[in-house]
Amino acid sequence: MKKIHFEKHRCKGCGLCVIFCPQKNLRMSEDLNDQGLSYPEEIDPACCNACGLCFRMCPDTAIEIHPEGVKNSKK
Amino acid sequence: MQTLKRTEVLKDALTHYCPGCGHGIIHRLVAEVIEELGIREITIGTAPVGCAVLLYDYFNCDIIECSHGRPPAVATGIKRIHPDKIVFTYQGDGDLAAIGTAETIHAANRGENITVIFVNNAIYGMTGGQMAPTTLTGMVSTTSRDGRGQHGEGPPLKVCELLSSLDGVYYLERTAVSTPKDVNSTKRAIKKAFQNQIDGKGFSLVEVLSMCPTDWKVSTAKAVDFVNNDMKEVFPLGVYKDKS
Ligand SMILES: Cc1ncc(C[n+]2csc(CCOP(=O)(O)OP(=O)(O)O)c2C)c(N)n1
Ligand code: SF4
Ligand SMILES: [Mg+2]
Repeated sequence: MKKIHFEKHRCKGCGLCVIFCPQKNLRMSEDLNDQGLSYPEEIDPACCNACGLCFRMCPDTAIEIHPEGVKNSKK
Repeated sequence: MQTLKRTEVLKDALTHYCPGCGHGIIHRLVAEVIEELGIREITIGTAPVGCAVLLYDYFNCDIIECSHGRPPAVATGIKRIHPDKIVFTYQGDGDLAAIGTAETIHAANRGENITVIFVNNAIYGMTGGQMAPTTLTGMVSTTSRDGRGQHGEGPPLKVCELLSSLDGVYYLERTAVSTPKDVNSTKRAIKKAFQNQIDGKGFSLVEVLSMCPTDWKVSTAKAVDFVNNDMKEVFPLGVYKDKS
């Protein structure tokens, strides 16, 4: 179940979330967002325990944590 | 566990800050505190000159833009005319500790009942990386090419230590935003600084050590290391004054 939603258009690609994910579950994408920047993606959604450290370190409020699972409308 | 997302106290706007800049984290913490204390509609912020100059574009509360270094003076006026409002300043190190030193020290000494958020990134960010009063000894900036201290610049100014001698000051704490633990501690300190004002206690200041990867000319990872290893050594974290 996916618990993190990335507002990828908000992301500036700083990578603070990747540095601080305690599960080492994030990496920067190959794909680029509208600003032409890499954004974070999960390596294995099953590893995420919704601890929220990525949310806390994100300077751009580009991350949402939904412990009960991200709704389908938010892919 | 709770759902975590952007608080309504922040507008939906994309900020102009550089990737990895600490200002965005500190904005979110201030906004979350304003939301949790339920004071959005009575809060008035005073914005600095510096990278945070566009504060009013990002916060869903009243914000007034001040001349460089003058937020504590403007906040004094607002708070005295509207004692029922919650008034905060948000200032960089150039704003608060260089051009605005007099305003800072006198507002603190008068014990004005305001909340000061002081973002110490050891550099003039907005203008392209000139030496700030808080630039570390040996640190290279565009105006200390050989490293601070080689040409009589003196050592970095320690604002919390300096203000702690003033009787008017109620609360001083230095925190950082370079680890998740530091981010949480910063939020607690900011909340306390706002609560003190609500309780009528007087001058509260939180100094936050923050990353400026662009003007330090390093990666995000190196910027975090610089705060954690170098800045924290010169600017030890902790509570410098708490009259409660
Ligand atoms: C009266 C005046 N003097 C100088 C400036 C140029 N100036 C703009 S921002 C700034 C310093 C900003 O540094 P800081 O307060 O540390 O904020 P940061 O950008 O690092 O967040 C200076 C000197 C100005 N705008 N007005
Ligand atoms: S110059 Fe520094 S302080 Fe200013 S937005 Fe960029 S990283 Fe932030
Ligand atoms: Mg600065």
